[in-house]
Amino acid sequence: MRHIISLLVENEAGALSRISGLFSARGYNIESLTVATTEDHTLSRMTIITTGSDRIIEQITKQLNKLVDVVKLQDFTEGNFIEREMMFVKVKADGESQRAEVKRLSDIFRARIIDVTDTTFCIELTGAGDKLDAYIKAMHENNIVEVVRSGSMGIMRGEKALTL
Amino acid sequence: MELSGSEIIIQFLKDEGVKHLFGYPGGAVLHIYDALQKQDDVEHILVRHEQGATHAADGYARATGKPGVCLVTSGPGATNAITGIATAYMDSIPLVVLTGQVPSHAIGSDAFQEVDAVGVSRPCVKHNFLVKDLNKLAETLKKAFYVATTGRPGPVVVDIPKDITAPHIKIPYQYPEKIELRSYNPNFKGHPRQIKRAVELILNAKRPMIYTGGGIILDNASEELRNFVRKLGYPITQTLMGLGAFPGTDPHFIGMLGMHGTYEANMAMHECDVLICIGARFDDRITGVTSKFCPYAQVIHIDIDPASISKTINADIPIVGGAKQVLVELIKQLDQTELKVDKKALDAWWKTIKSWQSQNSFAYEQKKGLIQPQAAIEELYKVTNGDAYITSDVGQHQMYAAQFYHFDEPRRWINSGGLGTMGFGLPAAMGVKLAFPDKDVACVTGEGSIQMCIQELSTCLQYDLPVKIINLNNRYLGMVRQWQEFFYEKRYSHVYMDSLPDFVKLAEAYGHVGILVENPDDLHDAMVEAFKLKDRTVFLDIITDQEANVYPMISAGKAHNEMDISPLQQKVQASLKAKGELV
Repeated sequence: MRHIISLLVENEAGALSRISGLFSARGYNIESLTVATTEDHTLSRMTIITTGSDRIIEQITKQLNKLVDVVKLQDFTEGNFIEREMMFVKVKADGESQRAEVKRLSDIFRARIIDVTDTTFCIELTGAGDKLDAYIKAMHENNIVEVVRSGSMGIMRGEKALTL
Repeated sequence: MELSGSEIIIQFLKDEGVKHLFGYPGGAVLHIYDALQKQDDVEHILVRHEQGATHAADGYARATGKPGVCLVTSGPGATNAITGIATAYMDSIPLVVLTGQVPSHAIGSDAFQEVDAVGVSRPCVKHNFLVKDLNKLAETLKKAFYVATTGRPGPVVVDIPKDITAPHIKIPYQYPEKIELRSYNPNFKGHPRQIKRAVELILNAKRPMIYTGGGIILDNASEELRNFVRKLGYPITQTLMGLGAFPGTDPHFIGMLGMHGTYEANMAMHECDVLICIGARFDDRITGVTSKFCPYAQVIHIDIDPASISKTINADIPIVGGAKQVLVELIKQLDQTELKVDKKALDAWWKTIKSWQSQNSFAYEQKKGLIQPQAAIEELYKVTNGDAYITSDVGQHQMYAAQFYHFDEPRRWINSGGLGTMGFGLPAAMGVKLAFPDKDVACVTGEGSIQMCIQELSTCLQYDLPVKIINLNNRYLGMVRQWQEFFYEKRYSHVYMDSLPDFVKLAEAYGHVGILVENPDDLHDAMVEAFKLKDRTVFLDIITDQEANVYPMISAGKAHNEMDISPLQQKVQASLKAKGELV
């Protein structure tokens, strides 16, 4: 099963390698991993998307908790949470009809065109992972120049929060 | 007090109560060695290889319970230390390893003797640090000792760039008495409600089994364990790492379990209905195939590391806590409850266990003119009155030592259980001897293992560490040969050591005493002689039966009740079967 695990970690050199190293050393999957500092510059917030049986997920959360740099951890999967991912797509936009087609498709997905050249558009799109997948599918493969995805990040709904 | 980084390191070690430092100098730690040379409080032991430093510090830590401390240089100094760090990590031994590093400005430039010590050591340390700021040096050292020694202990590496230790830059120093890490808070106390549930299950057991490991020793919980076991009257087995926590000669102890455990311990594991595991981690050498592990048992698992619980074997009652505190609480609740041990069921259970015991699974055949390796350990046990500190290397000799030396006290049996590091025994023995100069310290080894760290014989001489080396010399890498005999139709691939050194001459070349023992009749006298030479390191080169095997054995994919047993035990079973008395 797919799990979304959110962590607060010490904002120190090496913290990221400890976490990614744990996954590779123990053979756990990482679907995506995002990390950046929080409003408190001593802390980083990390979102990890992973898959595994209940037993493996239990081990992953326990092993992560064991790392000295991990301050707090929560597996969002059981609760009510919001998940978003951001994507940049550079597409071919050459000629009137193709430009109109890309524009129309982007409007349907509520994507924004953020850069334009004579032959390309750069598009920004935010949403759950499957929405981004759908956009890529809808955009004809031959039209795509490059795709950059941020990986998912998550936050709990309601008043609950992962803080110190 | 204004001190340089190097002086801070030495002063901090003094303040932390560190008496011995195992190390090897080099470019990146020259400033520290200069500061070391100007004082007498911290004694430095110059080893002959950094691996020896880590194993010696590890042996010291296992024997004393205090953290072992090493100092090595950057690059090869750090990488040579890795095997010892990994050894300590697998057995949860508190080590603090200070590694020199190239100057801060040169980090990442492929400088001479540069290696990313933090990166290289990361998978085999509990935690590690790179000191980037002199002002944080003392605090970082304190954190290292705190993390290494608390919770589930383990090795911690502190990587210190050379500029941090520069003699001319001085800052105020104060020993940090206490340290707090918001992200690290080991839990020592078990949950009272879980403990209550455990007590109920323990007292409802018909065929109980207590299974304990190194966690008892690490948490100094031997006394509590003894009270717990004797109060209940239940059988106990211990892992290789746990030997000595409960006395080896107490009748409640039914021998080590696992791959080379006793027949009775493994059979009792298979048949038990309640398994009480304290401070052990269901390692693959213990469980055999997990799908057939303890098929009738409900499992109580007490461990300080939550990640060890339900990792390989599901725990019905998990208790996260230190062995000592949880045992104290268990005993307290046992005293208070009105539930009683089921005496009748327990007597029947003991009767079954005793019938298994009567098959004598460790019995071995004597062969005329050949020294059996088991006999050598039995002789060692007798001559040292069972009171020596025994370190070992890895292989058949290690199993024989665990089987035939009956440890009655904790911290007497010092071996690399988790990582299985050949070369561990001799340097570990040096560390033990340094801590207990008046005690007999013997390293049980083989001609394969001893050659992996034999250079430390030189250290033994320099620092007057008279250990006894019991070399069970079968001219084979015995355990590998045994596997090749059993599982590869005796195709002995690269296990024969056909150009061995003359160990007696070698010992003498290092300034020690060497004794060759080839005849079973000479074994006793040679052993007595070795231990009589109190102030000499003695190398006993004992030529043993080449084809002796370690029994019983649980081979890959087998369960506890599917052991390969010795030819002698097979005969016993056949005759019991003929009489209809085989249980």
